[in-house]
Amino acid sequence: MAKKVLMGNHAVSYGARLSRVEVIAAYPITPQTQVVEELAEMCAWGDLNAKFIKVESEHSAMAACIGASATGARAFTATSSQGLLLMHEMLHWAAGARLPIVMANINRALAPPWSIWSEQTDSLAQRDTGWLQFYCESNQEVLDTTIQAFKISERVLLPAMIILDAFFLSHTYEPVEVPAQEAVDEFLPPYKPPLKLDVDDPHAFGALVGPDGYYEFRYNIQKAFEEAQRAIIEVGEEFGERFGRAYGLVEPFYVDDAEVVLVTSSTITSTARAVIKERRARGERVGLLKIRVFRPFPFEAVREMLLGVPKVAVIDRNLSLGHHGIFHAELKSALYGQRNAPAVFGFVAGLGGRDVTPRTIHQILDIVGSQEEPDRDVYWIGLKAKAEEGQPAGNGRKQRQRVKA
Amino acid sequence: MLEIRIHGRGGQGAVIASKVLAGAFFREGKWVQAFPAFGVERRGAPVTAFVRVDEEPILVRCQIYEPDQLLVLDPTLIEAVDVTQGLKPGGLVLINSERPPEAFSLGDYRIATVDAGAIALKHGLGTREQPIVNTAILGAYARASGLVSLDAVLEEIAESVPLGAEANRAAAREAYERVRLPAPAPAAKNA
Repeated sequence: MAKKVLMGNHAVSYGARLSRVEVIAAYPITPQTQVVEELAEMCAWGDLNAKFIKVESEHSAMAACIGASATGARAFTATSSQGLLLMHEMLHWAAGARLPIVMANINRALAPPWSIWSEQTDSLAQRDTGWLQFYCESNQEVLDTTIQAFKISERVLLPAMIILDAFFLSHTYEPVEVPAQEAVDEFLPPYKPPLKLDVDDPHAFGALVGPDGYYEFRYNIQKAFEEAQRAIIEVGEEFGERFGRAYGLVEPFYVDDAEVVLVTSSTITSTARAVIKERRARGERVGLLKIRVFRPFPFEAVREMLLGVPKVAVIDRNLSLGHHGIFHAELKSALYGQRNAPAVFGFVAGLGGRDVTPRTIHQILDIVGSQEEPDRDVYWIGLKAKAEEGQPAGNGRKQRQRVKA
Repeated sequence: MLEIRIHGRGGQGAVIASKVLAGAFFREGKWVQAFPAFGVERRGAPVTAFVRVDEEPILVRCQIYEPDQLLVLDPTLIEAVDVTQGLKPGGLVLINSERPPEAFSLGDYRIATVDAGAIALKHGLGTREQPIVNTAILGAYARASGLVSLDAVLEEIAESVPLGAEANRAAAREAYERVRLPAPAPAAKNA
């Protein structure tokens, strides 16, 4: 193993290379990232023996991955924001066809207004497509999860999305332990599909199935998601034994005797850890539960960790418009009707890349600390005064004048 | 934890400077984090980049609002943006300028200057209108901060600057020699 200073985008590329991906299909222009730029270089230099297919849209990128995976190749792509949305139809197809494609998505806010900054709504809007979803906290976790995702996906025959925050991971350089190729080869053997497109043994795939059969297809996918929970835990443990870094569905941090537990995902988790450590040092009983896997949603793990805790605060860098933060809504559905369920506070923060600092987390803990129950459905943190009066934030009039001039 | 903010203009290499500086500290066994200030960079527009250095893994993942040290790649930025905003008292401010440190009255800070533009041009880095000053300023930083060795900076330049590594190393070495430190050198703690 060697430690290198890598940006998050390149941590994905290294993970894909170590997983010996065989086909990469990607749209090369914005909102694409350096993930596939680096992979294209690896292919060009002969460091990675893969077919790199440049396509004209993200929809085509996923279509090409579907074709490649159906022939038994290990297929990979990466995208972001609007690009992921353009793939939407094909995402359902990949999952329905039970193809273990792995994709990295860089979480970026959706337009309009145009944004290139971090927000999770793009990937969370794909929650019903049948993809496993992993939300990563560090570049190390990004690399490690890319490798694990292939093993998990190929075991349960479901596609997997590795998700990382724009800029806060994608463009951040930090030390990453890069495992040796031989060690990854032992952990992740070549993909052996149970069925595949084969010219020597022709079969048709994806045929019309009537109401007498479709229902069972969907039941089987749901069962595969249940199996995926076990697979994620077992593969995460095996990875830990081999590489010294274990992973699971969720990760508790000072939860045991906590009176308030923050529920977080992605890089907000990391910043929140610093705040929890600081408050623990002051003797406050606060903790944190990181949700690493959003699909399958870890109902049991969440209940095990949070039932009996008095108060829970979910921080969402995402929003289901007209509803709540999306982790908040899912968490409440996991806790509904359970004995000793906590009071659940929902905070929307950091949309469109607004910085979530230790101060933001302190504000959230102060609000939760000052009341027994939430007094509204959703708390907005650091909202500018104008928006609170129902007007757009920022000085719109001044901007218009400037454009005219 | 040591927090460094780098101010430059698009094209000067502020983002690469953050990466190279983090890499140099990493070579000396530190945990590091380097990232740009998430803007839509255009040539000439103000650009900010950040570096964190610590003895243990770095948890905080947001911009730096109260830096310990500043690197200013373009002295005209001092007029254009509030570069010292949030800077901790006594913090090092290293400015690319042909003027001496005494020419800058920014407040209770430790100011050092280096004519990184002239050094970069001498070594053929960039153009007269836009010299690429990032590697020179890092050589000066090694001397002015005393927190990272020139050797680590030079090794990191060799690895992460794809074109003209030798000229960049020479510029860093010369800037290390020519940086003008505040006189008399106070015993201020920077980290």
